[in-house]
Amino acid sequence: MSIENIDFRRVKPYGDTLNDGMVQLSFTLPVPYGEEGKEAARRLAHSMGLDEPNVVYSKDMGGGFSYYIMYGKCQHTVDYSSIEVVKMEVDTLSMEEVEEFIGKNFTRDIVVIGACTGTDAHTVGIDAIMNMKGFDGHYGLERYKGIEAYNLGSQVPNEELVAKAIELKADAILISQVVTQKDVHIPNLTQLVELLEAEGIRDKIVLACGGPRLSHELAKELGYDAGFGSGSYAEDVASFVVNEMVKRNLK
Amino acid sequence: MISKLKLDAKAIEMARNAAGSIAEDVQNFIDQHTTVAVERTIARLLGIDGVVDGEYPLPNTIVDHIIKGGGLGLGVAYWLGNTMVYTGNNPQEIAEAVASNQLELTKIPPQDITRVKNAIHEIAQKAASKIWSNRQKRQERINTIGEGNKPYLYVIVATGNIYEDALQAQAAARQGADIIAVIRSTAQSLLDYVPYGATTEGFGGTFATQENFRIMRKALDEVGEEVGRYIRLCNYCSGLCMPEIAAMGAMEGLDVMLNDALYGILFRDINMQRTFVDQYFSRVINGYAGIIINTGEDNYLTTADAVEEAHTVLASQFINEQFALQAGIPEEQMGLGHAFEMNPDLQNGFLLELAQAQMAREIFPKAPLKYMPPTKFMTGNIFKGHVQDALFNLISIWTGQGIQLLGMLTEAIHTPHMQDRYLAIENAQYIFNNCKDLGEEIVFKENGIIQKRAQEVLVEASELLNQIKEDGLFKTIEEGKFGGVKRSRTGGKGLKGVIPIEEGYFNPFIDLMLREERRCQ
Repeated sequence: MSIENIDFRRVKPYGDTLNDGMVQLSFTLPVPYGEEGKEAARRLAHSMGLDEPNVVYSKDMGGGFSYYIMYGKCQHTVDYSSIEVVKMEVDTLSMEEVEEFIGKNFTRDIVVIGACTGTDAHTVGIDAIMNMKGFDGHYGLERYKGIEAYNLGSQVPNEELVAKAIELKADAILISQVVTQKDVHIPNLTQLVELLEAEGIRDKIVLACGGPRLSHELAKELGYDAGFGSGSYAEDVASFVVNEMVKRNLK
Repeated sequence: MISKLKLDAKAIEMARNAAGSIAEDVQNFIDQHTTVAVERTIARLLGIDGVVDGEYPLPNTIVDHIIKGGGLGLGVAYWLGNTMVYTGNNPQEIAEAVASNQLELTKIPPQDITRVKNAIHEIAQKAASKIWSNRQKRQERINTIGEGNKPYLYVIVATGNIYEDALQAQAAARQGADIIAVIRSTAQSLLDYVPYGATTEGFGGTFATQENFRIMRKALDEVGEEVGRYIRLCNYCSGLCMPEIAAMGAMEGLDVMLNDALYGILFRDINMQRTFVDQYFSRVINGYAGIIINTGEDNYLTTADAVEEAHTVLASQFINEQFALQAGIPEEQMGLGHAFEMNPDLQNGFLLELAQAQMAREIFPKAPLKYMPPTKFMTGNIFKGHVQDALFNLISIWTGQGIQLLGMLTEAIHTPHMQDRYLAIENAQYIFNNCKDLGEEIVFKENGIIQKRAQEVLVEASELLNQIKEDGLFKTIEEGKFGGVKRSRTGGKGLKGVIPIEEGYFNPFIDLMLREERRCQ
């Protein structure tokens, strides 16, 4: 197989042969375990657009529920060549490069505050970005020369966060949202933007959010400057913040 | 028991003694204070229940009322007893009268103190007996229908709707779960009251309410009969209402409670004075009710590095053990926590995890250790995640852990779906059965990586505990020695609810429960 044979206007999943369309999936149905259940799973997969749906394993989950592991061949294709994704346009610098960048472009320290807001009590994300130690060998913002980092912790009400931002003259605000069940994070994130606008400081602040279920695109939609998903480290956030400040002339 | 890790028995004893002095030092503080939550708990145990205006709990009404009258330093039991003698009414009637502004407790003339105490003692004794009978009921059920083998398989339900949770819990029990933890809405830890009634639309879980406890207890008793195994119910005895939740759980027959002495301080920014006083009474109740407490050392490792900070986990286990002993909790009810949280890229990381788990087992031989699964390094790669959970399960059966909080392959994606729970249980059952007596067969190499690691961690923990003994626990937390989190003595939430007790204060339940508990041991 050579790469030239791939038609990027009509791409299908790849199992072991180009365009075989192989997809694996698993789900639970609220029906009793048995042949009828398996047939139901096959029909459902077929309606999802899978040819030759095949139940390779099924299991009685008790209480009238049953579990299915399936393979099927995807009928659909996707036009890869026409895709455009909203992406962060910033190259990530290392901690030392960020420090150097700050030294060159600013005559003062940059103030960054971070928090888990609303009812969210899971600080693992904001701690990974903010705390001295960082995460997985990537130091947090507290260690950066030229950055004054304040980690406000968990369950910070938006009102309190805005008050703190004004008090500390924050240049950037980082919001972590880990609990995203039933979209509880959306109104909470939106309310912060509204509060910042009401205080007239939205345009003076670089506003970013992060969490395992957050994308840059969603963040932009909600009125944030950036969104950081899982796998982001302090230097990704720092690089964005310092570049954005220079771009918007927030010195 | 012969130490497979060749741990120095003297070093263990020294560490334990240091932790003992640390806990005693804090206990002196605890004994001179009460809190609004402690007083509300006493009110609840004396039979006050229900809400005003559909939301505001009567126990809060009565305690706030006494604060307003400037009398909380004497304790709610005194004022209720005094009013009972004066009016002849019971505590619930008194609370309702207070709620409708018909009574002012602190204005009632002081009655004969012996009669006051007798009046309270009579009701307190009845409340305690009910809790004791729940404890006996549990034991009878276990004796008749049986229970799962250790490590108990512990899974969570977290739909936010208690009725949906009940269904999921029953499904999990049928699949093999031994303990069901009902995830509590994250918002509850900072509420200074306990919500009322059944939760059907919670965010990230349901509230710990007495009604929710009742619904789940019933569902688990039903399914327990069906599967022929007693199914334990777990909730969260933490936050600003720690002792109230303990009381509710004791009344409704819960079996396991998350109940850490330091967790609220470090991870919910609850004031340390408040937490110490609250955790004491909550543990007295949990101990008396035969509830297994789970401590939260695993949480340190979500913020601190599991390799470098392993000794803080051990030090905290020692401290939690001593606080638990102060509160009359026997070792068999101490689910001391730790976790499988090292970076999976680490060479020989499995050996270090094994050393840590075996070390906890040897140092706390009777405790049903609570072992937490990988979370920090779960990525969304569910396939690798399932392997990480398998390694975690292997260590657990190998080292004889007590409570296995099952890892979910979808950790870091969503709260568990039904099939995630099934796959987790299947994973654990496969390994627990397949490797059942591995720990009996394998010895560790003399002076090898595993032995040396455990010995080092013990030495470091011992040094840390001696340092804490010098500095005091308050100062140690102020300096951020646990989980890398710094908290000040007067900072955080709930300090306003801490009140020095006055001459004549009494909490009828402390003596009653500690005495009974100790008699039975």
